[in-house]
Amino acid sequence: MIFLLLLAAGTARAESIVLGLSQNQVSITATFDGQDILIFGAVSREAPAPAEEGELGVIVTVEGPDLPVTVYRKARRMGIWVNVDEVEVDTAPAFYAVATSAPLREVLRDVEDLRNSITLPRAIRSVGARVEDSTAFTEALIRIKERQDLYQSRIGAVDLQEETLFRVSFELPANLPEGDYTARIFLTRDGRPIDEASAKIPVQKVGIEQWLYEMSQTQSVFYGLLSLALAIAAGWGASAAFAVFRR
Amino acid sequence: MQIYLPIAEVSVDAFLLFGLGGLVGVLSGMFGVGGGFLITPLLFFVGIPPAVAVATSTNQIVASSFSGLLAHLKRKTVDLRMGTVLLVGGLVGSSLGLILFNYLRSLGQVDLLVSLFYVVFLGVIGALMFVESLNAMRRAKLPPGKRKPRRHHNWVHNLPFKMKFRVSGLYISVVPPFLVGVLVGVLSAIMGVGGGFIMVPAMIYLLGMPTKVVVGTSLFQIIFVTAYTTMLHATTNQTVDIVLALLLIVGGVIGAQLGTVIGLKLKAEQLRILLAGLVLLVCGKLALDLLLTPSELYSISGPGH
Repeated sequence: MIFLLLLAAGTARAESIVLGLSQNQVSITATFDGQDILIFGAVSREAPAPAEEGELGVIVTVEGPDLPVTVYRKARRMGIWVNVDEVEVDTAPAFYAVATSAPLREVLRDVEDLRNSITLPRAIRSVGARVEDSTAFTEALIRIKERQDLYQSRIGAVDLQEETLFRVSFELPANLPEGDYTARIFLTRDGRPIDEASAKIPVQKVGIEQWLYEMSQTQSVFYGLLSLALAIAAGWGASAAFAVFRR
Repeated sequence: MQIYLPIAEVSVDAFLLFGLGGLVGVLSGMFGVGGGFLITPLLFFVGIPPAVAVATSTNQIVASSFSGLLAHLKRKTVDLRMGTVLLVGGLVGSSLGLILFNYLRSLGQVDLLVSLFYVVFLGVIGALMFVESLNAMRRAKLPPGKRKPRRHHNWVHNLPFKMKFRVSGLYISVVPPFLVGVLVGVLSAIMGVGGGFIMVPAMIYLLGMPTKVVVGTSLFQIIFVTAYTTMLHATTNQTVDIVLALLLIVGGVIGAQLGTVIGLKLKAEQLRILLAGLVLLVCGKLALDLLLTPSELYSISGPGH
C-alpha cells in the first residue's frame, strides 16, 4: 500500500509541462482588431508514458481579470420592456476561454473541476444573490459573453500529438477588456491533474489609446476641454477648407 | 479599417463611423438641422454603449454648430441677450438632466430613459412635421391667398420680469425663454442633442421672435449648452470618446457641405416631408425595441459600460 502511494507520487512528478506562448503580452493599439495567441508545449518525462494509468489529457484556460458584473432581466411593465430584476455577480472573469484535448468528462473529473475551477460555470460565482433563480442569471451571463466571444468553450481544440506535444490557439476578440490575463495548463491522467503550469499575459492599451484613456480617467477636466477644442478646430477647419476649395 | 475606440472600448470600422457622420451631415445640410437626434440612435445601432453615444454626440454638435454660428455672428443675426437668457436656462436644464441621467444609470435604467425620450420626442416632432408639410404641399397647389399674421398677443406677454430684446424687437418676460432653455438643456444631457428642433419652433411660435434671428440665436445657445454638457459627461462619467467624436465631426462637416448643395435642388416641402419620414422611421425602430418581446431578456453591465 505504501509502495503504491510512493509510486503514484513518483509518476506525478514523472510527467511535467514545458510551456511556450507565441507572445507574452497583448497590446491594444489604435487598429486593434483582436489577436490570435498560440499556447504550445511538451510533456517532459523521465520514463516511458504510464499508459496504464489512463488517458493523457491537456486542458488550457485563458482567464481575464475578475470584474463585478450586474445582470439585468427585463419584464413587461405597462406595455414596454424594462429591466426589472438584477443580480450582482461578484466575480466573473472579463474573458474566459477553456480548451481541451478530448471531450470534457474524459480529461477532467467533476471533483477536480470544482477544486480547480476550470470550466466556465465553476469560474463564475455569485455570492449572496437575492433573486430566487439566480442560476438563470449566471447562465444568461455566460450566454451573452459567449455571443461576444468573451467566453469560449472549445472542447477538443487542443492538438495533442504522440502524448507529448500539444498546441492550441485562441482568438482574442476585438472587444477584449484590459487587465492581467493568466493562461493555465493542466496535464491530466484519467481525469486527474498531474501537473499544472501557468503564465501571465498582460493585456493593455498602448500608445495613443493608453494616453487618451488615462487622461480621460485622471485629468477629466483637461480631457473634456481638449475634446471641445479639437471639435471646434476640426469643425471650423474642415468648413474653412471647403470654403477655399469651392472658390 | 477597424479602429479601436479608447473610451467606448469597442473596435468599429472607421469608414462606417466616417460614413455615419457624413450621412447625418448630408441630412443636416439638406434640412438645416443639427442632426444630434439622428446620430445618437445610429450610434446605438452600431453597438456604441448608450452612455458613450449620448456624451460623444454632444461633443460632435459643438463642432457642427461652430462654423454656422460664426456665419450668423458675421451677419449680425444673433440676439445675444435672448441667447444668454436661453443659455442660463440651458445650463440649469443640462445640470438637472445629468443628475437624472446618472441616477438612472446607477439603477441600470439609463437605456430605457434615453429610448423613451427619443420615442416620445421623435414621435411628436415627426408627426407634427409630417402633418405640417402635407398641409404646406396642399396649400402650395392653391392660388396664393391671405396668410394669417403670425404674431399675436398671448399669455406669454402677461408674465412678470419683462426685458427688452432689441435685436428681436421684443419686450417680453424672461420666464418663457428661460423655461425653453431649461427644457432644451435637459434634452441635451439625456438625448445627446442640441435641441434646435424644439427651440426653433418655440422661439417662433411661443416667443414670437423674427425668423431671421432664430437660427443664429439657437446656435449660440446650443454651442454653449452642448459644450457644458460635454464637460459634465467627461468629468462625471468619463464617457466622451474623443476618437469617435473626431471621426463623426470630419465626416459630418464634409457631408453638410454636400447636403447644402443637394438641399438647394429640392423643394422645401419635399425636404420637410422626407425629414419627417426619417424621424418617424428612427422613432419606430426605437419604439419596436421597447414594445416587442426581446430575443434576449437579460443584459449585462460592468464597470465602464
